[in-house]
Amino acid sequence: MVRNCREVKVRELRFLGAWDEPSDFVELTLENPGWEGYRPGQFAMLRPKHWGLELSWGRPFSISRADDDSVTFFFQVVGRGTQRLARLNPGDEVIIWGPLGNGFSAPVETPTMLLAGGMGLAPFRGYIEKHPTPEFLRLVFAHRPELDCYPYAQMSDKVRAEAIREKTPDDLPLVIERIETAVAETAGGIVLACGPLPFLKTVQQAARTHKVRAELSLERSMACGVGACLGCVCKDGQDKHVQVCARGPVFKAEDVRL
Amino acid sequence: MDLRVEFAGLVLKNPIITASGTFGFGLEFMNFGDLKRLGGIVVKGLSLKPREGNPMPRIVETPCGMLNAIGIQNPGVEAFVRDKLPLLPWRETAIIANLYACSVQEFGDLTGVLAGEEGVAALEVNVSCPNVREGGAAFGQDPTQIRKVTEEVKKRAEGKPVIVKLSPNVTDIGLCARAAQDGGADAVSLINTLLGMAVDIRTRKPRLANVVGGLSGPAIKPVALRCVHQACKAVSIPVVGIGGIGSAEDALEFILVGASAVEVGTANFLRPDQAFRIVDDLPRVMIKARCKEIAELRGTLDI
Repeated sequence: MVRNCREVKVRELRFLGAWDEPSDFVELTLENPGWEGYRPGQFAMLRPKHWGLELSWGRPFSISRADDDSVTFFFQVVGRGTQRLARLNPGDEVIIWGPLGNGFSAPVETPTMLLAGGMGLAPFRGYIEKHPTPEFLRLVFAHRPELDCYPYAQMSDKVRAEAIREKTPDDLPLVIERIETAVAETAGGIVLACGPLPFLKTVQQAARTHKVRAELSLERSMACGVGACLGCVCKDGQDKHVQVCARGPVFKAEDVRL
Repeated sequence: MDLRVEFAGLVLKNPIITASGTFGFGLEFMNFGDLKRLGGIVVKGLSLKPREGNPMPRIVETPCGMLNAIGIQNPGVEAFVRDKLPLLPWRETAIIANLYACSVQEFGDLTGVLAGEEGVAALEVNVSCPNVREGGAAFGQDPTQIRKVTEEVKKRAEGKPVIVKLSPNVTDIGLCARAAQDGGADAVSLINTLLGMAVDIRTRKPRLANVVGGLSGPAIKPVALRCVHQACKAVSIPVVGIGGIGSAEDALEFILVGASAVEVGTANFLRPDQAFRIVDDLPRVMIKARCKEIAELRGTLDI
């Protein structure tokens, strides 16, 4: 596996859907940056070549899927960087460095529960595609915007999947309960979770209660993505600061303080 | 074309040095370029004992720059010497240790650990970190303290070149540069970050847990050029220019103003191979500046 920094062209930019707030869900496909491969759960830093100096950092995104030909990212427009990324055109050049970080475990023939919250769905697309024994995978997807904002259909046709929507805050207790039961149902297997912080806290707590092996993928703002700036740290099990980019983004549930 | 620079007893193959805190221990960037091609590497600030740094969040992107309040998180000087230094190409590229301490005595002890290390080419003394309550900035704003710290480090450096890194958060940068020179510094490097702040009207909170942090990036380049210009006029020892340098053009601007070499910091975040790209681009820009060697351009600003 090589980490490198390449300039590649945008293949495709697809808008999946929009929510009631002015937000867009975008799938960005780039030329393959010459990677020998990647491990689902790893991420890459993206910086369009024409950005100039106003934005100082690239943007970290989980690799949604990749093949010999291309690499795809899935993101929601939330700020200055993603706004600009959503305005790219096919042919525009993007500087990309990756694959970065560690990625999820992928034990074969092991009951594996994929728990995704919102944008946390992104890495599991490639995870499902690459897994040697997908019949052992299950996906529970918790979301707020409508389902067609997400690349869910391309995943639910490959593994046993269910989506649960928090349409109003009143739905939250049901969603939490479903996450907890999903963890409990995976005793003897492994839970892999990616989503917002409260979601991950719920998974972590449930994994502890039911003594289920779990891995959590964390999200942070990052300047470098390679372990140098120390701007993305979290606390490990010993209460020490460790870089989410270089030591994660995937942590064993018991090895991270959320 | 001759890219070599010599100053303060150092011979660098080119004037491009990576700045402390933006390039880790160099090892993080080995996949993005050949470390041996850099003029030098200033490693992440080292303290006598390991430090956890400040609480999160500790970085914010700002227009043409960023704020950081990392707080010198580092594994401690002994771990650096044991685990990092042997892996670095120190025979080919100058590895400069950056020292952070809270008292004159501690700066001396830290120097003592590094002075005998063959792989360390020089010591950069951080008397200017804005992100730690004790030490750092307090030293950097008081010329008397700058002189005392410099004297102590110089005394225990066993002949290694001592570079004092200065803060721009002062009224008269020339006075601080002179204090370092009076203390026996072989060179000064400047500027460290400018103290800044960012807030969020939605949460009504500061964007950094430390409330304030150091501003870096292209936004500070004009301030840095002005400070380097003033420091060059104030002292006879070499000056290393730092602050918003992101291209070979930027590097030559600082050399034109009088810097002997430059440090590239926040630009390492634009893309991880940026420092190597600047080295590659230097010959092209030197042609533009009509010079065949770096020394020919240094301090030739026509005022």
